[in-house]
Amino acid sequence: MNFGHFFRSTVGIATLAALLVALPFVAAMGGQAWVRILDFAILYVFLALGLNIVVGLAGLLDLGYIAFYAVGAYTWALLASPHFGLHWPIWAILPIGAGLACLAGVVLGSPTLKLRGDYLAIVTLGFGEIVRIFLNNLNAPFNITNGPQGITLIDPVSFGAFQFSGTTQILGFAVSGPQKYYFLLVALAILVVIINLRLQNSRIGRAWQAIREDEIAAKAIGINTRNLKLLAFAMGASFGGVAGGIFSAMQGFVSPESFSLIESIMILAMVVLGGMGHIPGVILGAVLLTVLPEVLRYGVGPLQMALFGKMLADPESLRMLVFGLALVLVMRFKPAGLWPSPERQRELQETGK
Amino acid sequence: MSANLPKPLLEAKAVAKHFGGVKALRDVSLSIRHGEIYGLIGPNGAGKTTFFNCMTGLYIPDGGGFSFDGTPLVANASDQAAARGIARTFQNIRLFGNMTALENVMVGRHVRTKAGVLGAIFQNAATRAEEAAIRQKAIDLLHYVRIEERADDLARNLSYGDQRRLEIARALATDPKLLCLDEPAAGMNATETEQLRELIDGIRRDGTTILLIEHDVKLVMGLCDRVAVLDYGALVIEDVPAVVQKDQRVIEAYLGA
Repeated sequence: MNFGHFFRSTVGIATLAALLVALPFVAAMGGQAWVRILDFAILYVFLALGLNIVVGLAGLLDLGYIAFYAVGAYTWALLASPHFGLHWPIWAILPIGAGLACLAGVVLGSPTLKLRGDYLAIVTLGFGEIVRIFLNNLNAPFNITNGPQGITLIDPVSFGAFQFSGTTQILGFAVSGPQKYYFLLVALAILVVIINLRLQNSRIGRAWQAIREDEIAAKAIGINTRNLKLLAFAMGASFGGVAGGIFSAMQGFVSPESFSLIESIMILAMVVLGGMGHIPGVILGAVLLTVLPEVLRYGVGPLQMALFGKMLADPESLRMLVFGLALVLVMRFKPAGLWPSPERQRELQETGK
Repeated sequence: MSANLPKPLLEAKAVAKHFGGVKALRDVSLSIRHGEIYGLIGPNGAGKTTFFNCMTGLYIPDGGGFSFDGTPLVANASDQAAARGIARTFQNIRLFGNMTALENVMVGRHVRTKAGVLGAIFQNAATRAEEAAIRQKAIDLLHYVRIEERADDLARNLSYGDQRRLEIARALATDPKLLCLDEPAAGMNATETEQLRELIDGIRRDGTTILLIEHDVKLVMGLCDRVAVLDYGALVIEDVPAVVQKDQRVIEAYLGA
């Protein structure tokens, strides 16, 4: 892939870095809302890469991934908000959130070790819903999660005196809260990309792929499939936990509503649509699926007004229609995803598909 | 093979396995010696593959057990069998189709290497050295089975004969003491079978004991040091090929008389 070579060259990296730095300032011209959309795009890149370990590498179809995101988000919300009067620092909460999410991953993983494909999908889907319903109902007899009202006034990310909320002057530039979060998220996302890349081409990564391809053969050459599947669940879940923590801090508010099944499905769609198991593809999928619905949200209404002079269809429902159609078309014409790995691409060409 | 003091590498003691009312294995006892090529033959449905699966931990036997290299073989997990030094190939080839040939062999090194998640993430010197050694060993093995030019092709795109070879290379990557081949010549033409014979003979010469399940009686009789015959799940005879070939019960089993 020419793109791949480009990104590996010095010029490519420099261009990419310049683009990444300029992006939030360009987006700010359209209003801070667009910077916030960018933030979410990067956050979903983070989540999608976490899920890619479970689904793309180890081949475990997980439809409850959002549960780990919820665990991370609520960990931050409970440990850094007036709800319990706790205001712990980031370096304590983020590892705790990742750890708890990791534990949740093992808890989900251990009873499902013998399940594959559809069966695993159903169980993980149930798990995701259980977590959400728990969060919804854990306000009695002891008020832990504050139920459907959610938790408000959550502390933003801060390093010492440096706050990530509000505008600060940096080198004469006024940098807004969402812009600061953007840079934090990009830094984290780069870290996750590196971890993903290194895992993929490692002994552990190869073993995951072997399990995905043929579990019996993987066992026969001495791979402990039980431990490795648990490890995949745990790794993916801890990424979800970290993303959840940042989400919580960025929003300042969490409620169980943010962790519904549709979110799990969206993240899975990002992985599948982009190109399962191929990191650049997964990133592309995450960015597209976050930005595209927003573009439609803001674009569909004005477009109708310009074309017909009146609103023919409700922008919100039209948005989902166009979005659904786009998904169907991609799966029809690019079954391996928008940007599949070179091997997958070659394979599709060779089988004449 | 020298007959003086043949120490068994693998011993099966009264192994039994039944599926519902079907007795797939009836108290099969046999022993495989260090350094020999041991053939296991029998008509279709005689229990050859069932025996294989019991030995490699895919099935749990209903009776009896195995001892390998002097200690009992815990027969309930195939990854443990591989760790002990038993590698196998499958009758219906089971490769990791969407991984390259080289990666398939590299995965085979899993059980003999130890880099973990942290090693992978931080790429410390030990991990990098191990990774380089894995790659080199895998390349060497692809040379050994003579499919090195297909190293970067996806396993699923290899020809049938090359897939068989790749599966053997992957099994050898686990440094086995006992290599079990389940009908490696199935579907091969005469030339490919001859090349396979040379490969198997070479592997034995390089010090690996081989258990061969095969339908091709000519291949088995020409290659094996000793042969066991299964029929209806029971052991008919275990002896050198010359004796087995003339045995009346074997002839009957094969002719169905």
